[in-house]
Amino acid sequence: MMAAMPGARAASAPLMGREVEPTMFELSVAGRSAAQLRTTGIAPRDLGEMIPAEHLRDAPLETVALSERDLVGHVTRLTHRQFSVDLGMYPLGSCTMKYNPKFCDTVAGDPRLASVHPGAPAALTQGWLELLVTLEERLCAITGMAGVTLQPAAGAAGELTGLLLMRAYHASRGDVRRRVIIPDSAHGTNPASVTLGGYEVTTIPSNERGLVDLAALRGALGPDVAGIMLTNPNTVGLFEEEIAEIAEAVHEVGGLLYYDGANLNAIVGVVRPGDMGFDIVHMNLHKTFATPHGGGGPGAGPVAVAPHLVEFLPGPRPARLAEGYGWREPARSIGRVHGWHGNALVLARALAYIEVHGADGLARVAQHAVLNANWLRRRLAATLPAAYDRPCMHEAVLTASPIKSATGVKALDVAKALLDEGFHAPTVYFPLIVDEALMFEPTETESVQTLEALASAIESIAQRAGSDPEGLRAAPRHTPVGRVDEALAARVLKATEDAARPR
Amino acid sequence: MLSFIGMGSLDDLFAHIPEAVRLAGGLDIPAGRNEPDVADDVARWGDANRAAGLTCFAGGGAYDHEIPSVVRALASRSEFVTAYTPYQPEVAQGVLQALFEYQSLVSRLSGLPIANASLYDGATALVEALNLAHGATGRSRMLVSAGVHPHWRRVAATFAAGTGHAIEVVPLRDGVTDWSAARAGDDVAAVVAAYPNYLGALEPLDAARAVADERGGLLVVAGDPVSAALVRSAGEWGADVYVGEGQAFGTPLSFGGPYLGLFAVREDQVRRLPGRIVGETVDAEGRRAFVTTLRAREQDIRREKATSNVCTNQTLIAVTAAIQLGWLGTRGLADVARACAVGAHALFDEVTRLPGVAPAHGSPFVREFAIRLARPAGEVVEAMAGEGILAGLNVGALTGGADPSIEDPEHVLLVSVTERRTRAELDRYVATLGKVVR
Repeated sequence: MMAAMPGARAASAPLMGREVEPTMFELSVAGRSAAQLRTTGIAPRDLGEMIPAEHLRDAPLETVALSERDLVGHVTRLTHRQFSVDLGMYPLGSCTMKYNPKFCDTVAGDPRLASVHPGAPAALTQGWLELLVTLEERLCAITGMAGVTLQPAAGAAGELTGLLLMRAYHASRGDVRRRVIIPDSAHGTNPASVTLGGYEVTTIPSNERGLVDLAALRGALGPDVAGIMLTNPNTVGLFEEEIAEIAEAVHEVGGLLYYDGANLNAIVGVVRPGDMGFDIVHMNLHKTFATPHGGGGPGAGPVAVAPHLVEFLPGPRPARLAEGYGWREPARSIGRVHGWHGNALVLARALAYIEVHGADGLARVAQHAVLNANWLRRRLAATLPAAYDRPCMHEAVLTASPIKSATGVKALDVAKALLDEGFHAPTVYFPLIVDEALMFEPTETESVQTLEALASAIESIAQRAGSDPEGLRAAPRHTPVGRVDEALAARVLKATEDAARPR
Repeated sequence: MLSFIGMGSLDDLFAHIPEAVRLAGGLDIPAGRNEPDVADDVARWGDANRAAGLTCFAGGGAYDHEIPSVVRALASRSEFVTAYTPYQPEVAQGVLQALFEYQSLVSRLSGLPIANASLYDGATALVEALNLAHGATGRSRMLVSAGVHPHWRRVAATFAAGTGHAIEVVPLRDGVTDWSAARAGDDVAAVVAAYPNYLGALEPLDAARAVADERGGLLVVAGDPVSAALVRSAGEWGADVYVGEGQAFGTPLSFGGPYLGLFAVREDQVRRLPGRIVGETVDAEGRRAFVTTLRAREQDIRREKATSNVCTNQTLIAVTAAIQLGWLGTRGLADVARACAVGAHALFDEVTRLPGVAPAHGSPFVREFAIRLARPAGEVVEAMAGEGILAGLNVGALTGGADPSIEDPEHVLLVSVTERRTRAELDRYVATLGKVVR
């Protein structure tokens, strides 16, 4: 009797039992549905009367069949198999996983914002336009720039938008340029965006201090250089102290400076990219302004520019008019980069965060982020030495190479062992220029008590590396699943319920 | 904490930054305020959005569908909202499995075997499809039907400035793509058709498939995923790539974002798939587990050789879509699509009987239709807003002027009906339009 019953058995104690959760498809029992739709009172009509037969499906579209209770149970069990900022700390360098204030969720959920159709005319959306214009003004003040586009849907989209702005600027001067310079420590999105922007990448090495090698930069510069993409503080968490000299050298050959805002949270309210000589700046709103990461998006990647680039910005742009607000197309706009106006609800969250923090609060974000990173760096100095032995900014690149040479335990093993201690892993093997890199970014939102707990956990792992290296290589053991077979997933792709199961 | 690191003040942390670039005097923005005070601003902005209170008949890729309490409750779980990208699969099985289920659902909707874990929105999904077609064929010429949403076409043109792709828009004739108007030559990378197109028209896609076969390009179909419950899937029409806008599945209108880029391909294109993809595997003890896979395609590994720079996608919106589709199930999805079609056809029949209103094209449609008005559509939208109705989208505003999709777009209104619209609301629409259109 049991064997013949449709559907699947689910265990309601996933954290204790480490049992596999059935998929929605496996849980389905034909005929079930949770949906309750409005009674419209509109007279029914046959499909065949409305749509010619050549367009109609040959067979019904089968998805799943669940009751509301089935669905709630399934999704709730999935959430119990998921780490999150609200649960614990992500000391992830470069990615800035900080606490997201709940107030901003309420703002994004306000139906007076969330239920507005993006194609409604400006006269009906004055509140949204004022909100977007206000955010633009704040972002200009924060970056020291003259204009901004809110359209890019994520940081990488912002990068590509910035490169297209660079291209439009040079083209408007009849200037054909071929190359964009990137330090070897850059995020992978930088070189990928350069290629899609129609430029060639010239990679320059970092010097022994982890900074741009000014001589190498000067050697790479020439009249065919469209610009340079820099992250400052850079991806090893160090401030490029020679930024004024770098800016001067790039501007001298007619190139533009692009600021990758991935690390803006380290200097917000303390240093502005515009004052460092940058011409184009993208911001990752989740990093600096705490919009939630969502498990990998949605983000938002506004791009701010210096006065000489404002006329090229994507359009239409929200604008403050003599009376009220409207949309305006910049004179020589590169065009749209988003289907509508950008990730508006993410933008609303960011504005709410900025308004609550204000000038003073944003500067404190940077100060406390840098304080926490330096405290953790110092606290771990005996266990995981810093790759560059001097004060860092908001993140610290440490190395597990002493542990590896002594015990064979690698950075990845240390990271996986941390999962068993209730912390998310730090970023491993990035930046590429540091051996056995473990990159920590505690963010300003974690307390010193949490940092101490993290440091103690790492010390205990380092001790076990000597006594029980095999045990560490088998970590994690207390997570919903153990180490996964990534090679199998790539060798036999099963990306849907309907594909054959890998073996 | 400061003394532990040998510093005297917070300012010392920044002492190594050259004085010349440090900001003197703080940011030129207002001081911080408490949350209830900022909430007052938000309320003021919200109240100034007159569109929020209107009965919505606007579509164009953004639809007013039912989002039930259960979907709102589940999709706002902080385990999803505040999670990181699932690079550590041992502590990210929740997001990974939800994305696997999402991919499975998109695969079924598109009729293609492999879907990715989402892209930013429909428009940027189209850009990625063109880049994929370039990678697959080595060619750069893109034949794009004028039936593709005007904003999507504009976004594709923007990014073509970097990739160097030549985008040729092929005009519509009576709502249907006139492929014979495409310039000759078999150097085509992609043929892009919309199903239904942005004016609501359903055109048989065998013509587009034939053009792709003759010219050697991939067939990219931009399709409405709700209509897919009733009409043939992109895969059934022979598409190589499916792109779509997934907002309809559990995401509010949101003033245009965050939305959801749907993307699916045939098996032969899987190594060129942009963005993330989740695959099934096993853990060290042989239990089923999920993991992001085929990572070698991605930008952080391939760097300047990558064919896409996408890093972040729209995970939370994709998870929401999976939950909404779970709520709907087979029966609910079909019911929603049918209710949209029934409402749209009823309204179409009634408004096209009004003087001053005519069909803008003669093609069949599913849930959205275009009408030609005696008065400029912008004026009609404004007048009907005064009566509590968002009448639709002014096609002239969408196209931004003359366009190869339709003549005189300023007089064309695009109208959409969802399953939330009632008989009484339709009656009010017809009465009001009859009053204002003359």
